[in-house]
Order: sequence, then structure tokens, then C-alpha cells
Amino acid sequence: MTDSILFARMEAHPADSHTLARYEATGGYAALRKALAMPPEEVIAEVKASNIRGRGGAGFPTGVKWGFLPPDIRPRYLVVNADESEPGTFKDRQLLERDPHQLVEGIVISAYALDVEHAFVYVRGEYPRPARRLQRAVDEARAAGYLGRDVLGTGRNIEITVHLGAGAYICGEETALLNSLEGKRGEPRIKPPFPAIAGLYAKPTIVNNVETLSNVPWIVANGGAAYDAIGPEGSRGTRLFSLSGHVERPGNYEIVMGMSWRDLIFGLGGGIRSGKQLKCWIPGGASAPWFVPALHLDEPVTIDDTGRLGSMLGSGAVVVMDETTNVVAAALSVVRFFAHESCGECTPCREGTSWLQRILERILGGAGRPADLDLLLDVSDNISPGLRWPPAMTTICPLGPSVVSPITSIMSHFRDEVAAMIPGAVTAGV
Amino acid sequence: MSWDSDTRARAEEIIVRYPQRRSAVMPLLYLAMAADGKLTDEGMREVAEHTGMTPAQVYSVASFYSMYKRELGEHLVSVCRSVSCHLLGGDDVLAAVVDETGIRPGQTGAITVEAVECVGACGGAPAVQVDYELVEGVSPAQARALCRWLLDERPGFVIGDDLQARFGGQRSFDWGPAEPVGALGPVPAFEPYGTTGGGA
Repeated sequence: MTDSILFARMEAHPADSHTLARYEATGGYAALRKALAMPPEEVIAEVKASNIRGRGGAGFPTGVKWGFLPPDIRPRYLVVNADESEPGTFKDRQLLERDPHQLVEGIVISAYALDVEHAFVYVRGEYPRPARRLQRAVDEARAAGYLGRDVLGTGRNIEITVHLGAGAYICGEETALLNSLEGKRGEPRIKPPFPAIAGLYAKPTIVNNVETLSNVPWIVANGGAAYDAIGPEGSRGTRLFSLSGHVERPGNYEIVMGMSWRDLIFGLGGGIRSGKQLKCWIPGGASAPWFVPALHLDEPVTIDDTGRLGSMLGSGAVVVMDETTNVVAAALSVVRFFAHESCGECTPCREGTSWLQRILERILGGAGRPADLDLLLDVSDNISPGLRWPPAMTTICPLGPSVVSPITSIMSHFRDEVAAMIPGAVTAGV
Repeated sequence: MSWDSDTRARAEEIIVRYPQRRSAVMPLLYLAMAADGKLTDEGMREVAEHTGMTPAQVYSVASFYSMYKRELGEHLVSVCRSVSCHLLGGDDVLAAVVDETGIRPGQTGAITVEAVECVGACGGAPAVQVDYELVEGVSPAQARALCRWLLDERPGFVIGDDLQARFGGQRSFDWGPAEPVGALGPVPAFEPYGTTGGGA
């Protein structure tokens, strides 16, 4: 059974997995040659048949997204989202640094399939090393004829521009990213129209994550059906998880989904540091509601099960917290992140994130008021009415509702702990 | 001051990578910072001229992003405070940096110190960046030593692999072979933005 698609090369050849020579010696760019001999529609059909879902956070089926492009408008653009900024996430960084040709090949195959001549990779500004590795791979691929004018003698022109962001998490949101790439402030756009209809320069545009496109060479080489045979329904293929926090062996792990959280955290991750007990974990990046051992440890790690249980796999970032964790301080760290990264366009997010930050700061500082317990939820409810999952939106993009996740998490699982930090607040008597 | 011929050539090299000139505003803002050591009004006017934007439009873009800075020292030390680093002592690392340098977050002395949100090094928390070159698994004592080195030695450029070897610990993953290039100052070291230094 295949359990390593994306990391296989770098694990077998740690010294030079990022070079063109090693990539070609291990079968690299054979999928591109195969794809170029197929009609583009057949390449798209393979990706559809793989049932791969986007690895950036939303989990939308990639082949379906590709199918939204209107047939008769050119140029079309392909934009790769490498603005990896969700706290806890560092998987795309490893793909960019250690196997950039895998991504470049995925981009060229996808560009061929989608009739795109110009692709962009938007790399976060804090990733100069990954960007340098990627640029070198692009240059190598161009010199070898895999990219540029007349790709491998097919008459097709495909160019890749590596673009550096400048420190704005919001640009990971696809429409904010497109505005940023157009040379504007990175503020999200109201959808519809979706980027597939009117994206970069108002032209049809596909935005895909680094990990998603890095799977494309394997899918083309082995067929969509082979990919669809890996993992449980709705969570096909392998998937990268970034383990961090109080775990014995932090790192990126490529797994077949369907294993339990226990297997992921205690098996692969080696359990909790220093023999401590597990208190809770964030299952899919800072935007995701937290899980606790009593309710979730033996649940399967799949996109749909995690959604059913009121959270999300998101970007695959698993942040583990042990029994010594002050959950108010941890929640404040997450809330402060969103307050800092709110672009300020929508009032509930701009105001609500910083109100929540101030309330948590005063609780942590010993100056909390008993009414703050309800106030935390009331402010949250103004950002995301009903506090349900998936969250209701009062804002253009999901950043606003994301700040609610740590609040509802500590209030539903650790309310007494929060109350105990507030002078005069009543706990449930535990 | 206005750009010299080398900077202008780099600007044109960047602009041709995009279908529309305006899309080059972000890399050109980095180029302007590399030329002047920080973002200046003159730099933004040059960017406006090259992109066909007004200076006000350029400023509107520049002020949106945290990495375009009007005030910078010789080097930029960024300490991550997001959740994974928070859990593993990032606050103590920041306190050590502030204590050792006497520079508060967001302020500039000989160097600039800042507290930043997630830098994507969560498996190697707590993390620090120097001129956006990453150091993972940094203890408070190592952070102090790093700052002393920057202040005492005043290195002309910093190389990530060297920083990691001297001042780092646990990494998010195996970085693979070392790279002999690094940053000449507080701008991401990515050609042709003009900041890559070092060499074999």
C-alpha cells in the first residue's frame, strides 16, 4: 500500500532531493511527458477521478474546481498558494525546500491541462529559503525545456513567476492573494464571482495549494483511480500533517487518512513530552475548534469525520497541549494572531478580534470580571451568529469566524478553568 | 535618492515577470528597501514611477504589509509568538532578546527587534528569524548569544545554516544540504530583489 507520495524522494535522497538531476534520476518529469501526450481533458479527468481534495484548508475537490473554468475565455491563470501562514502549519515549507521540482512538474502538468500559459507561485515573504529553492528549480526546469517557450517541443508556452508576499496572513485567502498579486492591498473580495470565473486581472483563475499540486505528477503517472484507492472515501490519498506543541516528536508526517488521533499523536508523534498528560489539541490549524481526549482521541482523522465533530482538518496543523497548559494564555495567543492579521475591511472582524484579545488579556492579568464569561461568547456571537459549525459569516472572508474557534473551545471544554481565573466568578463546583 | 542604473536594471528584470506593471509593486518595494536600507518616501516615488502608480497608491499598498518598514537597523530580529512557539517558551525568548539588546519589540537601535506571528517553524519552536533567515529551536540563552553576536560582530550578512548551527536546536525537519547564501540586511534574500550575500 502506498503511504508515501510526497516525501518519498526526500526521505530516500536527503542530500540532493531538491535538484533536477536527482528528480530526473528518480522518475521525475516522466509524468509531464505522459501528460503532454494526452488530450488536456484526459489529464483533468484523471485529477477528477483521483478525488483529491484541496490541501490548503477548505478541502474542496480539486477536479471539481478545475471544472468551473468557463470554456471560452483566455487568458486563464494558475496561481499556487504558498502563503503558508496558519499557525501550526509548516508542511508546504518542506515541500518547497526539499522537493521543489515535484511542485514545478505539478504546475506545468496542470497548466497544460487547464490551457494556462502563465502560472504564479505566491510564497510568503518570511520564506526566502523556500523561495530560493523553488526559483532555482524553475530555472533548472526552464533550461531543460520542461518550462518556458515550446515545452518539450509541443508548441506550448508555460511560464512560472515566483512572487514573494510581505507578511500578511490574509493573503492566504484566495481573493486577497489575487488582489495582492495585482499590486493592491491584500483585502478579500466578495464572492461570487469566484476566481474560476473572474480571478487574476478579472480572468478565469485556478488557485491551488502547494501540497495539492505536488500530488499531480503522481496522479498522472499512476492514474486517478490508483490515488482514489488510497485512504477512506472523502479523504483520498496521503496527507501531510504538521505536528507541534507538547509532542515528543514534532514534525511533518505523511499519512493515509483514517487512522485515529491517538495513533497520530501518541504513535507517530511519540506522545506527550516529559511524561505529561494530553489536555487538548488543535486538529487543523489556528482556525479550527479544539479537540479533547475524552471526546475525540479515538475518532478517525478524516476530513468529513472532523467536520462532523465540529472542527476541521484545515491545513493539517495539529497543535498539541499538555496538562500544564494555561488554556486562556493559549487561546490569547491564537486570538492575538487573528487580531493582528485582520485586514480591517469588515467591522465584526476588525473590532471583534481586538475586543476578544483585550478581554482575554485582562482575565489573564487577574483583572477579569464575572460578566466576561458571557461577554466572550456575546462578542463571538456578533462575529459568527449562533456559534455553530460550520460558522455563520458576517464578514467577507473566514478570518473573522476563525477567531471564535479558540473562544468556543475554551468555553465549552474548560469553562471552569477560565472562571477560576476571574475574581468573583462562579464555577460549576468541580 | 533616485535609483542607480543597477537598481533600475533589476527593476526592469522584475517587471517583465508580470503581465501588468502594477503587479511588480511588491518586489519593487523590497528593491527600494534594499537600496536605501529601509522604505523611504524617495523609494516609494521610484516604485510609483516604475509601476505607473501614484505615490499615494504605492504608500497604500506598502502600509498594508508588515514587512515594508520605514525604520530599520542593520539587522532585524523577529521572535515568533504564535501558539506553537508560545507553548514552548517563545515569550521567554522574546524577553531574553529585549533584555540583552535593550530594544523593545517594534523599536530600532543598532538592530531592530520585533515580535511576529507564525513564521512556519512550529516543529522547531521556539523560532527566531534574523533578516528572515530562520533559526529553529532557540533557547533564551542562545537568543542572547545571537543578539550579542549581531551587536558585537556587526556581520555584513547572515546565512541561515550558520545561524542554525551556532544558535539553534530542534528543527521542524531535516533541512538537507547547507546553502552558502544569506541576507545582506533586513529584506528577504531572494534575487533579484538585491539582498543575497555570502557565497562559498
